Amino acid sequence: MIRLTPPDPGGLYTNAVGHWIIVVAAMVAVIFVILTAAAYTVWFERVGLGRFQRRPGPNRVGPFGLMQLAADGVKLATKESFAPRGVDPVLYVLAPAIMVVAAFLAWSVIPIGLSSGFTYWIANLNIGILLVFAVSSMNAYAILLGGWSSNNKYSLLGGLRAAAQLISYEMALGLSLVPVFMIAGSLRLSDIASYSVHWGFYSGPVPLILLAPLSFVIYLVSAVAETNRTPFDLPEAEQELVGGYLTEYSGLKFVCFYLGEYVNMITVSALASLLFFAGASPAVGPFAWLAFFVKIVFFLFLYIWLRATFPRLRYDQLMRLGWKVMLPLALLNVVVTAVVLVAVQ
Amino acid sequence: MAEERESRRRRQNVVQDVAALATGLKTTLSEVFKPLVTVQYPEEKSTRSERYRGRHYLRRYDNGLERCIGCELCAAACPVGCILVIAAENTDEHRVSPGERHAKVYEINMLRCIFCGYCEDACPVQAIVLGPEYELSNVSREQFVYTKEMLLEPNPAQQDPIRVGQEEPRR
Repeated sequence: MIRLTPPDPGGLYTNAVGHWIIVVAAMVAVIFVILTAAAYTVWFERVGLGRFQRRPGPNRVGPFGLMQLAADGVKLATKESFAPRGVDPVLYVLAPAIMVVAAFLAWSVIPIGLSSGFTYWIANLNIGILLVFAVSSMNAYAILLGGWSSNNKYSLLGGLRAAAQLISYEMALGLSLVPVFMIAGSLRLSDIASYSVHWGFYSGPVPLILLAPLSFVIYLVSAVAETNRTPFDLPEAEQELVGGYLTEYSGLKFVCFYLGEYVNMITVSALASLLFFAGASPAVGPFAWLAFFVKIVFFLFLYIWLRATFPRLRYDQLMRLGWKVMLPLALLNVVVTAVVLVAVQ
Repeated sequence: MAEERESRRRRQNVVQDVAALATGLKTTLSEVFKPLVTVQYPEEKSTRSERYRGRHYLRRYDNGLERCIGCELCAAACPVGCILVIAAENTDEHRVSPGERHAKVYEINMLRCIFCGYCEDACPVQAIVLGPEYELSNVSREQFVYTKEMLLEPNPAQQDPIRVGQEEPRR
């Protein structure tokens, strides 16, 4: 089932030179697209939150405020690069770099369907989803190091909270996807997204949410916690921890953390779409990329909706939900799925 | 038995909790479709009430004569002392107001004024009134001392109104 060689559109990947050209071009394109997407996710969130609170959100810079993020970017980039006294000079700079690098690295394996069909841009790893998990776990390092190196007790507390939270919810997140792998029989994202079945008279693709609905629920909740979003935004609980691990960061270093957070949001939305809703699989139709885009926007909207609705959990509630609800449910889900799979085969 | 009841209660609570989350989501989503409450200042402005106390005006009678008779009651009533009135006699050749005297100088220091409206209450001839304008910012302290020319309503008898700024006169 696991194929080590990627599918080859037009023989480009087998050609040594063509391979590198396409990979480098794809990297540049992905960075550009994701940066733009992150900027407009921020715009979408601000306008969306505004609508939830019956106000218009940013609407001054450009049409519908669409250039707001350009203005914000210029403002942040031209700010003084200030570092408080007593920071660890290496780690203080390294932390935001880790954050943004890890966020972009996950996109190297996420397949983006083009109009010609289901294809990949940079890498089609047979363990793609593991790579996504590996690099998204690096967020914990970024946040923890940022909090520790800032020489500020609020930053440190925020960093510690973040580390504990990420470790707690990573377990549930990883386990929630195990049934998906078991059903699809592959860790390659494109295989999971284009999973299809032969059920008697029906033979074709099926979105995995129908086969693993509990996985989807656990994934959704854990993903919100993984990206430190409301109602699990304890690491940067501004009412009690100033800005959490972000307190001592300003200018472009702040941008790195902020950007990383929003790219992670897009990443988990894209993963939810790929793993549970067939992503950009060609089975979706000729406008696969559009379907993929719509699904990502839907999940981003869900994030904003959650943020507009729910208050932040208390820390013990967060830990209880993670360890006593999500983790046992995820384990049970794995066991039940395994039993059902064996019984069916 | 008690344990069983306890576990049943807890099960119900889980269902209720999830239902509560759904109710919350429904409530916030319904807000999205309601009209915005934001007033896009400065393009849009909210309406002032009839009794709003903004910038002052000195009114005239319909025949163009000033109402102010220079009695200085407004200056006496002013709790912060921001009104300066210097009166002068009316003569038949130079009649400014119907009474014996008129205000030769009438100045209000808008930086001091607290817009309490006591001057309006004190005035025996309803000469000074507080209008609806509230955008009174300026760039130097001197420009906040409003002179009589700035405060006076345009003269309906003259076709050349004495007005400073963009302010509309009170009805």
